[in-house]
Amino acid sequence: MNDAVLPRPLRLAAVRDENARTRTFVFDASIDAAPGQFAMLWLPGLDEKPFSLLDTDPVSFAIAAVGPFTRALHRLSVGDSVWLRGPFGTPFALRGDDHLLVGGGYGVAPLLLLARQGLAMGHRVRTVIGARTAGELLLVDATRAAGATVAVTTEDGSAGERGRVTDVVGRWLADDRPATLYACGPHGMLAALRDQAGRAGVPFELSWEAYMRCGIGICGSCEHDGMLLCADGPVLCGG
Amino acid sequence: MAEMTHEARDADRNDDLTVDLTVDLCGVRLPNPLVLASGILGTHASLMHRVAIAGAGAITAKSCGPAPRGGHVNPSCVAWDNGLLNAIGLANPGAVDEVALLVATKALLAPLGVPLIASIFADDVDGFARVAATIAAAEPDLLEVNISCPNVASEFGEPFAASCASASAVTAAVRAAVDMPIIVKLAPNVADLARIAQAVVDAGADAICAINTMPGLLVDAESGRPVLANRTGGISGAALKPVALYAVDLIARAVRVPIIGTGGVRSAVDVVEMLSAGAAAVGIGSAVYGAGPDVFGLVARDLVRWLAERNLTLADVRGRTQRAPSWPEAATPAPVPQADHALVANPQPVLR
Ligand SMILES: Cc1cc2nc3c(=O)[nH]c(=O)nc-3n(C[C@H](O)[C@H](O)[C@H](O)COP(=O)(O)OP(=O)(O)OC[C@H]3O[C@@H](n4cnc5c(N)ncnc54)[C@H](O)[C@@H]3O)c2cc1C
Ligand SMILES: Cc1cc2nc3c(=O)[nH]c(=O)nc-3n(C[C@H](O)[C@H](O)[C@H](O)COP(=O)(O)O)c2cc1C
Ligand code: FES
Repeated sequence: MNDAVLPRPLRLAAVRDENARTRTFVFDASIDAAPGQFAMLWLPGLDEKPFSLLDTDPVSFAIAAVGPFTRALHRLSVGDSVWLRGPFGTPFALRGDDHLLVGGGYGVAPLLLLARQGLAMGHRVRTVIGARTAGELLLVDATRAAGATVAVTTEDGSAGERGRVTDVVGRWLADDRPATLYACGPHGMLAALRDQAGRAGVPFELSWEAYMRCGIGICGSCEHDGMLLCADGPVLCGG
Repeated sequence: MAEMTHEARDADRNDDLTVDLTVDLCGVRLPNPLVLASGILGTHASLMHRVAIAGAGAITAKSCGPAPRGGHVNPSCVAWDNGLLNAIGLANPGAVDEVALLVATKALLAPLGVPLIASIFADDVDGFARVAATIAAAEPDLLEVNISCPNVASEFGEPFAASCASASAVTAAVRAAVDMPIIVKLAPNVADLARIAQAVVDAGADAICAINTMPGLLVDAESGRPVLANRTGGISGAALKPVALYAVDLIARAVRVPIIGTGGVRSAVDVVEMLSAGAAAVGIGSAVYGAGPDVFGLVARDLVRWLAERNLTLADVRGRTQRAPSWPEAATPAPVPQADHALVANPQPVLR
């Protein structure tokens, strides 16, 4: 039995600016993974951190520059190497045929792949994409281009509806209930959505974040409510 | 039977088999000999509770030291062909916060009848005594003294487990600081393991855990760099099993205290091998990779079946490696165990 999952080098094939602080990194490889799974990206000599797969063929990520590691990633250009370990984690699983996807910040990244998967099966896919301000919205055009209905919210009203994703979700849960709600984003947003979906009696799948070390369910550093977000999660189900 | 599917056979596997798996470890009752090894899921009460529910016979918490530590930069733990390599770097909340963690954990484990083993480290002898005294407030059932982490040498110097003098000094200091039974955790990569085991027992160790990880290096071919940010790490999992069996056998022949045999145990057969080599209980860590916490229940179930099929008890199995009779025809008979012999010379060369 060989369970080795060691970092392997991938070459950057394309880099695209998505918004003021987020860039898409496209690599020259594919990976056998499902929406919601993540990989550990390693820059030898610097650090190794978890990122959701934006696409599997070719392997792609949408990464916001928020600190030392992500800023270093943003300095890379086509032809440079990044080492990948994974994929890890439990993916989203489509349930029913009417899906409501909710993404906050770079949390939209794993949802695009999920939207495509649902649409390819002929399901109805509605998406709510939120950010603080217009410049931080992510993948709105790509999600529309994939064929999903997209509602946009910004806290300052600079694009779409002024307010939070939960405002739109509240209306849709009341007026036109989806079969299942899927979300990825900041913990506060996920906690609010969990309560909303729970009250509405709609099953939910939420992708949470935690500091990760091993990524393989050994070290305990990603604990969340008695679950390991790297192995049991990052997607946790309820409702 | 030949016509049965695997599923059907699994379904009626052991439910009517009964074999007593309980173990007495220094006066503490374990419902079975499978102990969660330190550093695996021992960071949160919720996770330790989960491992106990999954079927562990005792839970060892992650090692804690005098002050909070963030641990090493990533990558800090990876899976390679035959096990794991880790240099987590003793990330822990510090002894004061660890007390609250242990109290919460003990409250969850007690109703299950699963004992809690605290684990401590420090960078000097007095530090061990202080951390032990602090942790004693949480009243863990047993206290494990980790003198053998290979991943902090650049900060802490040579592990205390590397010499008789330092290993026994730490053991004596902890012994004087607390009343509960203490387990001293030894390293495999030392010049004279039998003598070190004897030294910690003489200094007051009630039990020995053998072994901690073995130092190792993985190199990424493409970049030429070490895979772990710490450069080196500790080898655990399948690759460690023969080293652990070697250590347990050596220690069992040297001292009389119970041994928690740890290293590469993934199946009931591995458990039987470890008990045969002289262990009283068996640590399981890396096998949680892949199987998850359920590995404890699965191994316990298979162990019951293995013993029942052979009409054996844990006591029958334990120490068989040393008791094994030899053929009268054998040219050089295996050494016959002597009652109460204190020390067996270590076959390794000793460098002085
Ligand atoms: C399962 C999983 C999937 C993830 N997927 C993605 C992804 O697809 N795209 C992506 O960009 N990131 C993703 N992340 C988050 C990503 O791992 C972190 O942003 C990254 O580790 C930051 O490393 P750093 O060294 O650049 O910054 P750090 O030094 O770790 O952080 C710098 C500062 O930024 C803060 N910070 C960290 N993350 C954020 C954030 N998201 N927004 C605002 N402030 C932040 C920190 O608290 C700190 O103060 C994911 C995390 C997990 C656990
Ligand atoms: C990720 C990881 C962290 C560990 N942390 C500790 C620790 O904090 N204290 C300790 O005494 N041993 C620690 N160990 C060693 C284990 O307790 C055990 O001795 C070793 O892994 C061999 O057992 P195994 O092959 O079943 O994993 C750690 C091992 C791993 C894999
Ligand atoms: S990151 Fe180590 S258990 Fe999840």
